[in-house]
Amino acid sequence: MRPTRVTNSIRALRFANGEMTQAELARRIGVTRQTVIAIEQGRYSPSLEKAFEIARVFQVPLDSVFQYTVTEGDDS
Amino acid sequence: MAVEEKRAWIMIVVTVLAYGAYLTVVLGRSGSVPLADQPYAAALLWSVGAAIVASIALHIVVSLISPEDGKVKDQRDREIHRFGEHIGQSFIAIGAVAGMFLAMVEADQFWIANVICLGFVLSALLASMAKIASYRLGFHPW
Repeated sequence: MRPTRVTNSIRALRFANGEMTQAELARRIGVTRQTVIAIEQGRYSPSLEKAFEIARVFQVPLDSVFQYTVTEGDDS
Repeated sequence: MAVEEKRAWIMIVVTVLAYGAYLTVVLGRSGSVPLADQPYAAALLWSVGAAIVASIALHIVVSLISPEDGKVKDQRDREIHRFGEHIGQSFIAIGAVAGMFLAMVEADQFWIANVICLGFVLSALLASMAKIASYRLGFHPW
């Protein structure tokens, strides 16, 4: 499976929000802690709805949580 | 470890042991008699039955010793499960087509049954490996 170009700032946002634990974030968006870990490490791309739920937990826009990184020379 | 990954590991272990035991029994009997004339049905049914029972027992044991967090399935688990099963389906189709071809050329029942069985075994192994790889290496369904 091709790697994703989507990166995220969930780890930084958790610490900026009172050092929220992965378990707490998982509980608030309705997934397991393993899934939060996988999202943070870029090993899983969540659905658009879950992505919005994560942004809502941190009360920031979606693109403050997820970024689409295109490097020089990429054609898509 | 996610519940679906544990299930995939159980499936690999049980499938390898059950099919390995079946092959050992059937191939162990072969002497001067051709392989296709060996009795295989009882060994095949016993290995499938034992695999089902062992799989259920292992799921119960793993569920009992897992922390509460490790028993819940979420969107990622369901997506990876579907992906793995989709990958594994290919070998079921290959086994069925191979079995159909052998029936058309009037091959011995031994080979028809065994090629279909091998299709199921490879399907289970491929599906489980695809799931484990998705958990370990990453899964990006978009």
